[in-house]
Amino acid sequence: MKLAYLGVLVFVLLASGWLEIVLRTRVYARWRRLGLTLLLPVAVFVVWDLYAIAAGHWDFDPDQTTGVLLGTLPLEELLFFIVVPIAAILSVEAVRSVKGWSLGDEAPIPHHDRSPS
Amino acid sequence: MTYTQLAVVGVAVMVLIDLYVARTRLVTRKGFWVPYAIIVFFQLLTNGVLTGLSIVTYSGDAIVGSSTPMDGPPAFIGDGRLMFAPVEDLLFGFSLILLSIMMWVVLGRRGIQRDPMAGPPRWRDRKARSQAGPAT
Repeated sequence: MKLAYLGVLVFVLLASGWLEIVLRTRVYARWRRLGLTLLLPVAVFVVWDLYAIAAGHWDFDPDQTTGVLLGTLPLEELLFFIVVPIAAILSVEAVRSVKGWSLGDEAPIPHHDRSPS
Repeated sequence: MTYTQLAVVGVAVMVLIDLYVARTRLVTRKGFWVPYAIIVFFQLLTNGVLTGLSIVTYSGDAIVGSSTPMDGPPAFIGDGRLMFAPVEDLLFGFSLILLSIMMWVVLGRRGIQRDPMAGPPRWRDRKARSQAGPAT
């Protein structure tokens, strides 16, 4: 099936996407920060992927991918480097939502006196 | 370079950047490792589909194990594979995830959409309301 790889990516989106609603991860809500976050991982791993394809490290089954290529890169691979980091960030923020553990990006001064608005 | 070599170098570079360049020190935080444990479970699952169905195939010249066979799935475990996928994929995935979360944290640290912070989970709504006092 030409859509097999795309199907896996849709599964990743669905399996992680509910966290935004139920755990209020606010990752998609902060889409500008999310978009900037993705720039470097996408760039680095697309370059790695292009090298690996050229060097013959791995290959893709034309019967199970859409066949849409960006140069030598299957569309699914580009989407992978967007979908997987989003799922990872959703996981991090989901755990933070429940546990409140610090990741080092919290506001420098604690706002004890900030009243809820 | 082989995939094995690149994968090891990739992890080393990302960890060094995390510790000494970005100084996010994610690899010292349970707020990173607990989510990573969840992520790696789903990586084994989804990558097991990609590699078990031979959607993605590998050359034995690039990995510890042997090439994806032409006539069926690779080893489920053993021959340098875990849940059909080359063990190198675990390192590749770790690098991708560490870099992604690092960038997310770096931007937040610089105040780019630090707020609204995550949480609370919806199941705590009822408790939060009852703690705020009885509804009138």
